[in-house]
Amino acid sequence: MNFSWAFRVIGAPSFLPTVSEKSAYNSKLHWFAVLTAVATLGLIGIGGIVTSEGVGMAVPDWPNTYGYNMFFFPFSQWVGGILWEHSHRLFASGVGLLTMILAIWLHGRGGRKFLRFFLSPLCGVAGLVAFSLEEPRLQDAAFLLSVSGVSLIASFVWPRCQAASPRMRALGVLALVGVIAQGILGGLRVTLFADQIGIFHASLAQLFLILICSIALLSSKWWARIRAPRREELIGRRIGYGMLFLTVLVFCQLVLGASMRHQHAGLAVSRFPLIAYGEVWPATDEASLAEANRERIDHRDFNPITKNHVLIHMGHRIMALTLFTLAALFVGITVRKLPRGHWLGSALIVWFSIICLQALLGAATVWSNKAADIATLHVVFGAVTLALGGLLSIIALRLSHPVSLRASVPSEALGDLASVSNRTTPGMAHSLF
Amino acid sequence: MPLNGELGMISSDNRKLMKGKMMIKDYSRVLTGLLLGGLSVSLLGGDVTGKVTFKGTQPKEKRLPLDALCSKTRKPGEIATTRFYVVDENGGLAEVFVSLKSVKGDFTPPATAAVLDQVGCEYTPYVLGAQVGQKIIVKNSDPVLHNVHPTPRVKGNPESNRAQLPKGKDLDFVYKNAEKFLRFKCDVHPWMFAYVNVMDHPYFAVTGTDGSYTIKNVPPGEYEIEAIHRKSHAPKYVGLTQKITVGADGATADFVVDITKK
Repeated sequence: MNFSWAFRVIGAPSFLPTVSEKSAYNSKLHWFAVLTAVATLGLIGIGGIVTSEGVGMAVPDWPNTYGYNMFFFPFSQWVGGILWEHSHRLFASGVGLLTMILAIWLHGRGGRKFLRFFLSPLCGVAGLVAFSLEEPRLQDAAFLLSVSGVSLIASFVWPRCQAASPRMRALGVLALVGVIAQGILGGLRVTLFADQIGIFHASLAQLFLILICSIALLSSKWWARIRAPRREELIGRRIGYGMLFLTVLVFCQLVLGASMRHQHAGLAVSRFPLIAYGEVWPATDEASLAEANRERIDHRDFNPITKNHVLIHMGHRIMALTLFTLAALFVGITVRKLPRGHWLGSALIVWFSIICLQALLGAATVWSNKAADIATLHVVFGAVTLALGGLLSIIALRLSHPVSLRASVPSEALGDLASVSNRTTPGMAHSLF
Repeated sequence: MPLNGELGMISSDNRKLMKGKMMIKDYSRVLTGLLLGGLSVSLLGGDVTGKVTFKGTQPKEKRLPLDALCSKTRKPGEIATTRFYVVDENGGLAEVFVSLKSVKGDFTPPATAAVLDQVGCEYTPYVLGAQVGQKIIVKNSDPVLHNVHPTPRVKGNPESNRAQLPKGKDLDFVYKNAEKFLRFKCDVHPWMFAYVNVMDHPYFAVTGTDGSYTIKNVPPGEYEIEAIHRKSHAPKYVGLTQKITVGADGATADFVVDITKK
C-alpha cells in the first residue's frame, strides 16, 4: 500500500524535522521534555481519578476555587471531592508551566526576549490592573506580579542555547496553545455544565500527551540516529502505516472510553466476559434496563443507564477485541518479518504487552464495579498505549522513509533501501519528510 | 339529629310557636350550614390514601464512604448506608413518589417553600415533592462545606452549582417545568443525593417510613394515580398506575413494588 500521494496532499508527516533543519542536540532540553511528558501522564491520571470518583464539579467556580485565586486556596479546605478536583487544576497549572518553559526553551536564546519584553510586562500590567480595581483582587495581583518578576529574572539567566529547528519550535508553540486550550476547556466544562466538553477535554488530553512525547522523541539524541538508520534497521512502509492505523484505532477507543466516563452512568454492562446466563449481547428493552438499574447499588448513585449507554459500552468492548486481535496479528507478523534482534520488534512486543495489560484492566474495571483506583489505572494505561503507539508510528514511518543512511553504511545499501521502501531514495524521502 | 320531633312541637301554643319559630330559624341555619358544608366537601373532595409495599429480596445497601469530617457529624459507631430500598418490617416501602396523572388546571404554587436539608453529610429528605414555581430551599445544617448541584434533565430547568458554607445561608431554587426525580447532588461528598419531583399540580405525596401516603383534598372525579420508586422505575420513571374514583370520602390506592417481575 502506498500512501505517499496522500502525504503529498495533506503533508501529514511534514512535522518531522528534516536534515536541513538539524540542530544541535540538547540533552537538558530533551530530558525536560521527558519530564513534561511524565507530568502530563500524571495529570491524565488525576483527571481519571476525578471522573472515577465523580467529583468533577466539586469546585463550582473557575478559574477561581471557592472564590480564592486557586494558588491561595487554603490547604485545610482540600477535603472530599475538592481534594481531587483542586489537585487536578493545580497539577494542570504545573503542566502548563512546564509546557511554557519547554516552548520557550525550544526558541533558545530568543526566549529571553519573549520573557523580558512580552510575558513579564503582560503579567505586570495585568497584576496592576487587578490591584487597582474598585474591589482590588489582591490574590490575583500578587500572583500575576510574582509571575512578572520571575519572568523578568528568568530572562537574565535563560540559557543562551541554539534555537531548535523551525518545526520543533512550531511543535512547542502548538503544545503551548494546546495546554492553554485544555485549561480553558476544563474550565468551560465546569461553568457551562457540558459533558460533551468533558469528552473533548479528555480526548484532547491524549493528543496533547502524544505531542509532548513527540517533542521528547524528536529532541533526543536517539532520533538523530533514527533519521539516518543503519541498513539493517530499515523496514517496509506497510509497517509504518499499519502502526499508524492501529494508533488511530487506539485513539478512537480512548474517545469511546471518555464518552462512557463522562456520561456519569457507571457501568452500563456489569458483567464480563459474558453478559448473563451465557448471553453475549445485553438486552436493551425497557424491562431489562429497568432490571439492570434496580440491581445497581452503589454509593455514587450513577445516572440510570439507558440503551445508548449500553451501546457505547458494547462498542468499547468490540473495539477492544478488534484492537487486540489486529495488534496481535500486526505485532506477530511484523516481528517475524523484521531481522532477528531488530529493536523495533522488541518495542512492538512491549507495546502489545501493554495492550494485554490494558485489556486485563478493562475486565478488572467491570469485575470491580468500576472501582476508582482500577478505573483510573485503566485510563493511565490507555494513555500509555496511545503515546507509545504514537511514538512507534513516528519511528516506524521514519525507518521506512529514511532521510539518509548512516555514513558508515556502504553505498550499495542504497540499492537495498530502494527495494525496501519502493521508490524511497534519499532525495525522494527528503521531499516526503 | 331530632329535627322532625322538634318541629312537631310548633302547633301546641303561641309561646311555644314563637319559640318554635326561633328554633326553626336556628335549625334552618344549621341545615343550610350542613348543606353548604356538604357541598364544599363534595367540591373539595377527599384525601387519597394508601400504602406501598415491597415484594422481593431487598437488595443489600452499600456503606457510605464518609470522610473524617463527615464522620464527626454522626453519632459514634453509626453506619450510614445508601437509601435505595427503605423497607420496614411490614414491607412498607418508603421514599416512593405517589401522584395523580394528567391533572388539568392552573395551580398557584404554594407560598411555603419545599425544604431540603443537609444533615450528617446526607440530604434530608431523600425524595421530595414541589410544585412548578414553588421555592425549593436547601439548608446546610452541617458544620461542613457542601456544594449544591441540581442536574435537571428537562429543557428549561437550569443546571446550577453553588457552594454552601458550613451552616451557611440557605440557597433557593425554582423550576419552571415539571420534572420527575430532579437530582440534587453534592460533588464534594459524592454519596450525597436527593431527588425532587417538580409537579404542575399539588396532588402528590411521598411515602413515609411505613410505606403509607396521603394526598390531601383531591377534587371528586376519576383519576389515574401513579407510584414511582426511583430505583425500581428508572430510567424512564414510569411507575405503577391505578384508576381511582375520588368521592366525598376520598379514595384508597395501594401498590406493590415487585422487583421479582421483569
